Amino acid sequence: MSTVVESHDHGHHGPAKGLSRWLFTTNHKDIGTLYLWFSFIMLFIGGAMAMVIRAELFQPGLQIVQPEFFNQMTTNHGLIMVFGVIMPAFVGLANWMLPMQIGAPDMALPRLNNLSFWLLPMAFGILISTLFMPEGGPNFGWTFYAPLSTTYAPSTVNFFIFSVHIMGVSSILGSINIITTIFNMRAPGMTLMKMPLFVWSWLITAYLLIAVMPVLAGVVTMMLMDINFGTSFFNAAGGGDPVLFQHVFWFFGHPEVYIMILPAFGIVSHIIETFSRKPIFGYSSMVYAMASIAILSFVVWAHHMFTVGMPLAGELFFMYSTMLIAIPTGVKVFNWVATMFRGSITFETPMLFSIAFVALFTIGGFSGLMLAIVPADFQYHDTYFVVAHFHYVLVPGALFGIIAAAYYWLPKWTGNMYDETLGKLHFWLTFISVNVTFFPMHFVGLAGMPRRYPDYALQFADFNALISVGAFMFGITQLLFLFIVIKTIRSGKQAKPEVWEGAGDLGLEWTLSSPPPYHSFTVQPQVK
Amino acid sequence: MAYIRKVFTGFILVLPLIFSSLIFSETSDYNMPIGVTEVSESIFGLHMLIFWICVVIGVIVFSIMFWSLWKYRKSKGAVAADFDDNFWLEIGWTVAATLVLVWMAVPSTQVMVEAYDDAEGEINILITGHQWKWHYEYLEDEVGFFSNLSTSQEQIDGEVPKGEFYLREVDEPLVIPTNTRVRFLITGNDVIHSWWVPDFAVKQDAIPGFINTAWTNVPEPGIFRGACTELCGIKHAFMPVVVRAVEREEFDAFIAEKVALAEEERMLTSKVWTKDELMARGESFYATNCAACHQANGQGIPPVFPSLVGSQITMFDSNKHIEILMEGVQGSAMAAFGESYSEVDIASVITYTRQAWSNGEKGDGVIVTPQDIVAYKNRIDL
Repeated sequence: MSTVVESHDHGHHGPAKGLSRWLFTTNHKDIGTLYLWFSFIMLFIGGAMAMVIRAELFQPGLQIVQPEFFNQMTTNHGLIMVFGVIMPAFVGLANWMLPMQIGAPDMALPRLNNLSFWLLPMAFGILISTLFMPEGGPNFGWTFYAPLSTTYAPSTVNFFIFSVHIMGVSSILGSINIITTIFNMRAPGMTLMKMPLFVWSWLITAYLLIAVMPVLAGVVTMMLMDINFGTSFFNAAGGGDPVLFQHVFWFFGHPEVYIMILPAFGIVSHIIETFSRKPIFGYSSMVYAMASIAILSFVVWAHHMFTVGMPLAGELFFMYSTMLIAIPTGVKVFNWVATMFRGSITFETPMLFSIAFVALFTIGGFSGLMLAIVPADFQYHDTYFVVAHFHYVLVPGALFGIIAAAYYWLPKWTGNMYDETLGKLHFWLTFISVNVTFFPMHFVGLAGMPRRYPDYALQFADFNALISVGAFMFGITQLLFLFIVIKTIRSGKQAKPEVWEGAGDLGLEWTLSSPPPYHSFTVQPQVK
Repeated sequence: MAYIRKVFTGFILVLPLIFSSLIFSETSDYNMPIGVTEVSESIFGLHMLIFWICVVIGVIVFSIMFWSLWKYRKSKGAVAADFDDNFWLEIGWTVAATLVLVWMAVPSTQVMVEAYDDAEGEINILITGHQWKWHYEYLEDEVGFFSNLSTSQEQIDGEVPKGEFYLREVDEPLVIPTNTRVRFLITGNDVIHSWWVPDFAVKQDAIPGFINTAWTNVPEPGIFRGACTELCGIKHAFMPVVVRAVEREEFDAFIAEKVALAEEERMLTSKVWTKDELMARGESFYATNCAACHQANGQGIPPVFPSLVGSQITMFDSNKHIEILMEGVQGSAMAAFGESYSEVDIASVITYTRQAWSNGEKGDGVIVTPQDIVAYKNRIDL
């Protein structure tokens, strides 16, 4: 892709001063920055909860927290990491990069953009405040199965429901904005099949969000009615159906899982082609694979529910449909490997994280395939094997994608190169600790340790101690990441506009100065 | 030097393979248990088949990837090719992936059909998940009992050393006969639980309002330990499953004993009870069934588990007290004990809590007898 850019310098279009810059901003970069910092802060809050969990599980017995608080920690850790870290981080990256990648000055709906961000601190303020209330916060797991989350829930569940509603509104508004921007603001000549893969991944993700967030809103509203207004959607005693909850929740929940990974697919594709110095292999099959994954995500939900007692035909249908997902996902992995093949490869930090992404996400994919096999799932279901599986796709999957994106684009955003030595140190510590943490979980799960247990039988003790050591190491290592990010913002070698060797041909964002002008493209570039 | 580096790299690359082979060997404690039934053995075989297919695919893909990273690194002067497409290659690996999936799907379907069978058993047992214990009822003989965790709180709190079967032991295990088709009917009383015995490869959710089925046929006697695997509240980790499989004669003797005990229990209802007898029985019932929430000292953990000490109900309102024990409290963790326990148990624990912790001195100290509970039940039936 080659481009023609005219650059104009509008000094008077800079940001406002002080706090109002952030409160009232309608600028895509400022909002992107807000999203990214928000998600970074939530990473440490949700991470601290994981540390509490791992400290309690370091050895058998109850030492540090009681089961009641332990359950609040597992629940809030999950909710915060899913809705407060991974999703906002991807929206932040979308805000920063979409206008720059499609040659637009800003997002299509800037005021809406401001609103969708500022709803988030409200939602999480409400959620986290419940932890300080006398009855404690949500304690029914991030999947909040009824009736534990309705009839048997603490009354703070109402705050939780309100908070989920606000998060949903924020996501839907953000998605509307992203779809509108992608369809209306692309530079002349950028046809759909010339869009960067990160843009494609977000276009698909945004549709998934619009399709399923209302379903989540629906299920929490039914809970609200059951708890406060005497309905019996999920109350068997009143003629309701507790399994209905799970069907509706997972109809949201499974597409949600792909919402958390598709943008990482886009990011990793860009990084691998940049550092292999070779265009992405099979661009169109990459697009079709993402679209197939998105469509299939609507017909696999009940593989989370193989033990609820479905008819044989139902179990088999959801097993086959789930196995089908391995095909487009496999195609993506093959394409990344084929991109590296006969490239000219260097190993800067974003590339290291992306290579680890491909390898470890694939391991998560394998355990996913194993979990799809219904009879075997009877043994895996709700054990640490499942915990290992989804942490492999979410931590070295989604989170590594986000970290890789941060290293990849940070020089573009700040105009400063990050410290490569520290970046590599961060990578290796993270890579080792993530495996020490999550790999042994496969074994304790197969050996029979159920998830969401604050205490466990003695035969699981050794591996749990090892897992906790890995988790503490992983947690501390991320403080190094914080340090690197702050150091890069404040100082560093001046970054060139193309930042990475040869990147100038790879996307419009590399034709802008580093840091880019406040209103990215004031004159639309031509894409040939 | 280069040679040593190559050997070292090779070693690092095969290390995970050696490691996984050890862990995934059939005798490992850290692999899925093979179990003792035909179904559990088929499932183990399926698990290993899928695992090894994944390992082979992984080895191929990762070898190509790491070899490419090594061979085409820029520091060695690699120059990038500029192909970005190969139609037949892409068709080829899509078809290959599909074929591998079909290879996996065929045995999976066979094992699933084998495991899925809800026909009646020779023995049919109703399993009910309660917060936080299991209730087992032998439907043919109409006898049942609760199975509670028997690990002491002191072990959990680390005040005394932990025993060999820490958190995997119960006061009364489920007893089943060997070489008999046993069907489990599984349901929940309050929230969703899940009944899992790895050695039988049986895991089935216990859902209020639903009755799920599972079955097993255990060839050899033995003790098999499992767990609750659906988050069911505070004591989710503290309601293990223990199943004892015994020869048929021993099983019949066990059932006969249970039937006799149940008959004795029914006789007790019509007996005239003294206060001391009720207090003694009530105290032990309280320790087993109530203390987990309301605590041994009756103070509870407010506001979730209210205190019974000095409460209006435990001191002055015996009718309300009976009603709560019988019907439970909607919207709270307080279960309806009336359905699951005898009149004697209910009467004795009410009497106990009305006397204990100086409730007796400060309140009316009413003694509730099994006959009162019978009267309450009759009143409701009208």
